[in-house]
Amino acid sequence: MDSLYGIFLYAIYLLTMGGIYAVLVMGLNIQWGFTGLFNAGIAGFFAVGAYTSAIISTASSGRHLGGLSLPLWASLPGAMIASALIAWAVAWICIRLRSDYLAIATLGIAEILRLVLKNEDWATNGARGISRIPKPFEDLPEPWNQIAMLLLVLAILLVLYLLLERARRAPWGRVMTAIRENEAAARAAGKNVEGFRIEAFVLGGALMGLGGALMAHHVKFIDPNMAEPLSTTFIVWVMLIIGGSGNNKGALFGAFLVWTLWSTSEIVTTRLPAEWELKSAYLRFFLVGLALQIILQRYPAGILKEHRPIGK
Amino acid sequence: MDTGRNHSWAPASVSQADAERAPPILEVHDLTCRFGGVVAVNRCSFSIERGRITGVIGPNGAGKTTIFRMVAGALAPSSGRILFEGEDITGVPTHEMFHRGIVRTFQIPHEFGRLTTLENLMTVPSGQPGENLWRVWASPGRIRNHEAGVREKAERTLEFLNLSGLRDELAMNLSGGQKKLLELGRAMMTEPRLALLDEPGAGVNPTLLASLAEMIRTLNRERNYTFVIIEHDMDLIASLCDRVIVLAEGAVLTEGTMDKVREDPRVIEAYLGGGDEADEAVESKASIGSASE
Repeated sequence: MDSLYGIFLYAIYLLTMGGIYAVLVMGLNIQWGFTGLFNAGIAGFFAVGAYTSAIISTASSGRHLGGLSLPLWASLPGAMIASALIAWAVAWICIRLRSDYLAIATLGIAEILRLVLKNEDWATNGARGISRIPKPFEDLPEPWNQIAMLLLVLAILLVLYLLLERARRAPWGRVMTAIRENEAAARAAGKNVEGFRIEAFVLGGALMGLGGALMAHHVKFIDPNMAEPLSTTFIVWVMLIIGGSGNNKGALFGAFLVWTLWSTSEIVTTRLPAEWELKSAYLRFFLVGLALQIILQRYPAGILKEHRPIGK
Repeated sequence: MDTGRNHSWAPASVSQADAERAPPILEVHDLTCRFGGVVAVNRCSFSIERGRITGVIGPNGAGKTTIFRMVAGALAPSSGRILFEGEDITGVPTHEMFHRGIVRTFQIPHEFGRLTTLENLMTVPSGQPGENLWRVWASPGRIRNHEAGVREKAERTLEFLNLSGLRDELAMNLSGGQKKLLELGRAMMTEPRLALLDEPGAGVNPTLLASLAEMIRTLNRERNYTFVIIEHDMDLIASLCDRVIVLAEGAVLTEGTMDKVREDPRVIEAYLGGGDEADEAVESKASIGSASE
């Protein structure tokens, strides 16, 4: 009975984390899937959201900025706004870069953000991170606190999905796809390409910040390691590519599928002999990379590929 | 140079007298464009008459496409002025040129590959409320109504282009000729005042080329579109254009009717080089514009 209850709790954890990653993947889908912007700095926007949310919602502490003790309705939008502002600043400088150069620039900016978070002790408590971040519904008895958190994440995800799906089907989504497909022709058709690209980058960045905030509230602790490119940027990219870039359903599906693969692979790697313990974390990345290769052989455009015409 | 095709279309219907009375729609004064040490366009001046079809010809490297790019705002000139309907538009960016009524098609088709043929056309009209994200979320009803109008116009355009059967096909799957038609269709979606067509006939089979040329003529005659066409197919130029501007080495070599231009030995020399070759070229001048005979 205990083991069944454990599996039940694990399933809730799996879905909650998958849902949080899905928010990030939907952000990337706006940038890359819709508009063709190669953002290799997802971890940076994610971390900005997480830290902003933590600073807004934690109790007073001499170790880091904040102490505002504001509730979730303030910390989540606050995180989105902070990430959107950073994204706007990055986009304003970099948006004219070709996709490979944009990737290099965003990767570099994310690393700068990580190092700032790690070294500015007065603001972020440095490498020690920020703990005691309030978790929504934590006063409820278990498992209801976990279930309520899952429902909150799924509700946010549903709202985002409906909004973004409406945007994708509207002329807005069509222009974004046109820019992705042929920038020169979009320009020649009178579209303000830079304006639209900035809009997509900022909106995607805001969702990545929201994902970071949800993660901070869910795990109650953050440190600069969450801005490591391998642990966030790589996984989110794999989720989108496997799920189906340009398709919101694909983004959701990819997030839950790859998170399940990633999480359950830990069950296997923790059972490896002690001498493999250190290597096990890298083995998981290898497994995810391998899954990507195998799935792309069968589904080059992702499992749920972009479908046109819309509505058919 | 003779493509073996003979087009029998009559010249455009706007009379010479009408065109001469109206002020030019486009004036280019001393336009120059340098790429490092290379002068691609060298103090080039000409004007384009309203409601006419004007051809721009010249050997490769003469600066034809560079001039198009500058007029369309895709490239800033090093010096010189461009006036559109009397207003200085030098250096205005492409998307603003579009809003002023100048559209450009490309030498190599620039379709939106993973949008359908219909969506390619529906993307073009400016000022669509559905391009504003907040309106998409806040007033979907208004967007639906506007979208229905855009769709209807796109479908009419596809019908005109004989592409209705391909409305739901991804543009990347169209043939080269169909992509050229799609380029023309995208230009039509805006009711442009000046359409710059860069080699519309390149890579298009003779049957489709005949249709394309007829469509250009119809748009000129019935909707009074002003066209400027870069083309290497002299048959097409001769059959479509009222006036031809010949460029060489970035400057205007001569201009006038096709008959006048093809008599000019400088044109033949520019195309085929000087010396003995030029002498031979004079003999074979029929190869330039033979179709008009």
